Amino acid sequence: MDATAILSELRERVMAAHQQRQPLRLRGAGTKDFYGAGPLGDASASTATLPTSSASTTAQLGATSVLDLRPYRGIVDYEPSELVITARCGTPLSEIETALADRGQFLAFEPPAFGGDPTIGGAIAAGLSGPRRMYAGAARDFVLGATLLDARGDILRFGGQVMKNVAGFDVSRLLCGSLGILGVITEVSLKVLPRPRAEETLRLEMPAKQAVEAFNRWSGQPLPLSGAAWWDGVAWVRLSGAASAVRAAQERLGGERVDPTAATQWWNALRHCQHPIFESNTLWRLSLPDTTPPLSLSSQPLIDWGGALRWYATDLQHDASAAPSAESAASMAPTTSAPSGIEEDGRAAPSGIRSMASAAGGTAMCWRGATPAGGRFHPLQPTVATLTRRLKDRFDPHGIFNPGRMIAGL
Amino acid sequence: MSQSEIAAALRQVLPADCVLSQDEELRPYECDGLSVFRQKPLLVALPRTEDEVRQVLVTCRRLEVPVVARGAGTGLSGGSTPHESGVLLSLARLNRILEIDPVARIARLQPGVRNLKVSEAAAPHGLYYAPDPSSQIACSIGGNVAENSGGVHCLKYGLTVHNVLATRGFTIDGDLIELGGRAPDHPGLDLLALAIGSEGLLVVVTEVTVKLIPRPQLARVVMASFADVQAAGNAVAAIIGAGIIPAGLEMMDRKATAAVEPFVNAGYDLSAEAILLAEADGTPEEVTDQIAEIEKVLQAAGATAMVVSSSEAERLRFWSGRKNAFPAAGRVSPDYYCMDGTIPRKNLGPMLKAIEDMETRYSLRCMNVFHAGDGNLHPLILFDANTPGEWDRADKFGAEILELCVRLGGTITGEHGVGIEKINSMCVQFSDAERAAFFNVKAAFDATGLLNPGKAIPTLARCAEYGKMHVHAGALPHADIPRF
Repeated sequence: MDATAILSELRERVMAAHQQRQPLRLRGAGTKDFYGAGPLGDASASTATLPTSSASTTAQLGATSVLDLRPYRGIVDYEPSELVITARCGTPLSEIETALADRGQFLAFEPPAFGGDPTIGGAIAAGLSGPRRMYAGAARDFVLGATLLDARGDILRFGGQVMKNVAGFDVSRLLCGSLGILGVITEVSLKVLPRPRAEETLRLEMPAKQAVEAFNRWSGQPLPLSGAAWWDGVAWVRLSGAASAVRAAQERLGGERVDPTAATQWWNALRHCQHPIFESNTLWRLSLPDTTPPLSLSSQPLIDWGGALRWYATDLQHDASAAPSAESAASMAPTTSAPSGIEEDGRAAPSGIRSMASAAGGTAMCWRGATPAGGRFHPLQPTVATLTRRLKDRFDPHGIFNPGRMIAGL
Repeated sequence: MSQSEIAAALRQVLPADCVLSQDEELRPYECDGLSVFRQKPLLVALPRTEDEVRQVLVTCRRLEVPVVARGAGTGLSGGSTPHESGVLLSLARLNRILEIDPVARIARLQPGVRNLKVSEAAAPHGLYYAPDPSSQIACSIGGNVAENSGGVHCLKYGLTVHNVLATRGFTIDGDLIELGGRAPDHPGLDLLALAIGSEGLLVVVTEVTVKLIPRPQLARVVMASFADVQAAGNAVAAIIGAGIIPAGLEMMDRKATAAVEPFVNAGYDLSAEAILLAEADGTPEEVTDQIAEIEKVLQAAGATAMVVSSSEAERLRFWSGRKNAFPAAGRVSPDYYCMDGTIPRKNLGPMLKAIEDMETRYSLRCMNVFHAGDGNLHPLILFDANTPGEWDRADKFGAEILELCVRLGGTITGEHGVGIEKINSMCVQFSDAERAAFFNVKAAFDATGLLNPGKAIPTLARCAEYGKMHVHAGALPHADIPRF
């Protein structure tokens, strides 16, 4: 079947679902089945086994139909001198990365693959980024355009294939990280970059506190940083760029040079969430201002993004050491009163990892483990929650797309 | 509702000197940087605090009066052209830098802070704010957020959307809305990305937190001459193709250099049909290497002459010509009309050729400056508003350039915004369903449609009227019929 025929089949499926108010679970390669909130996310993590290749685009999963987006695949346009690649949503990440590597380019936001081969549509819908995020940019920073198949079956193009484009609202970036709740992202155009000419990784022994301070200090200096992580008493620093710049920075920072194979292994483990910490049954992902000193918790974190991303592998929701002072919790209390339900703001919670992250100006997501009260994702600010609901109602009035995946009840 | 009734309501929440209602007080606000569109507002509100901003919005919402937010008024698309029966909400008095944190590398700013002032304040810490629109001496950070402003260093350092971490502001209902934050990647929909570049249609921003980055140790620029514009266009693609991302990559045609040179004495090669400015920045070693590479690529691409800046003063002099291209156009012509389309870089050559043909057809001159690295064109159409018919021709000339941008796979606006100026061209770039989606976004934030009405997104009726020559996504109906 050619792409046009597959797209019209997808369109018919969506229009029928809209008409019959039949929920759809949008799915690519399924590498992120575990990711997201609500009963669907939890159920699919254990039960979903889907045909790996199929002419049919759907399969049944409980009461919800799965819309398999893998068949709508292929690179539509790639011109290295334009620094743009356009691909259909079902295109495997590996296919894109191979095409780019052949021309000395790459996706600088380093989307995680979780040991599988995600689709580019899934990577953008999840909006997750790898270790280069603080230095090169996040997934959303590289989105130039996106095509949306909405609930009414309309195919809408936002953004484009050029670096600068301010015509209309920036819906293509809104779709990045939308977890499919607004519709099917059928095609994306992404900015790509030349691969750095040189890359070196340094290993420096130091405690977490000192590492966070050093990462921040170095980020304020003109150094070609492209990764800064810490685990178990060792800081890992990656430098990328012109050979001369990498060499000069290496001399300045000192530390022990890591053999390239070991370095690649380390950064890939971080990027693809394959580090041993990801084997834990309970795992929290904290996004914090990168200057935040190490939190006083009983387990040690895996620190990435120069201090801005921290993984904790214990049941920290009830970690006794995670009780912030009453003062810091009060200072972070929302200015508007939270009504109820999804608008409940976790920032005022009396204890636990969420209030601790909030007090530091960040958020805490339960990556793995039993869904905590308030949902997997950090609760949204009330006005943001209201606007999210209104946007959802406008784009998907019958709520057919990925119900509950981002926020319970939505 | 009468002007005096609305003024009275605003004076209940603002000090008397913060509400302007006299004709002579309103005049200075009748246009922004696009002066061909003029409209006197009903009233001007000049709040001094965040709470006063909120009070203005709540009052206007209650009285159902349109609100047009305005920063420094340097916008080039009429985005803050006033509404005849609305309040112009000037944020100019909220002009304090609230915080510079050199360790966290952020600046927290009120919306009226001037763009350049941010970098000046960060300079003692070796940091700066990257987006640098040509109007950076005057334009405000709030306006930059509204327009998603760019500048000459976007290819490497990004646009406003890539450099803003958080905003704080209000919806038309007066609800506080905080988007983004100092921690990266907040959960939920990326409303920050949606708000940036929304041209004052979704929220009014009262605080902006921006990312500061280390000032590179060194920057040098290569100025290369080309005997024809096509060759210069190809040289741009060759640089990118060689895996080089210059800090800036700009192009000017001969008409532009000829206008600029007597004005700023930048040292441009006036015999060249086009010149390229390619900047390298970073460590001294890195800059030396990259300049050598750029020179090699440009040589192979047919550069007829090359000069590398040998001092910071010389580098700034080379750039001064580019940054002063707009004022220079104003010197050589009574009026000029600046376009802002973006196209895939590979189409620079055909685009320039087409503009040349249009000059003949419309009997108007056009000088061309480009953010070549981004494919962002700024053709400056020269005209005299006092000569009957010239503005009409300039307007049509501009619209034709924009339609060609869309057909060549690009967009009608790269960084200046749609505003009121390019509202018809939006019908060319987007389908009815796409514009309906934009209205859905608008309605989610502002169901009453009071924030900056009539801008950025044309109604279906407006497009139907304009639709005489409807082109969408490169597909022109009956493309075989000559129509220009």
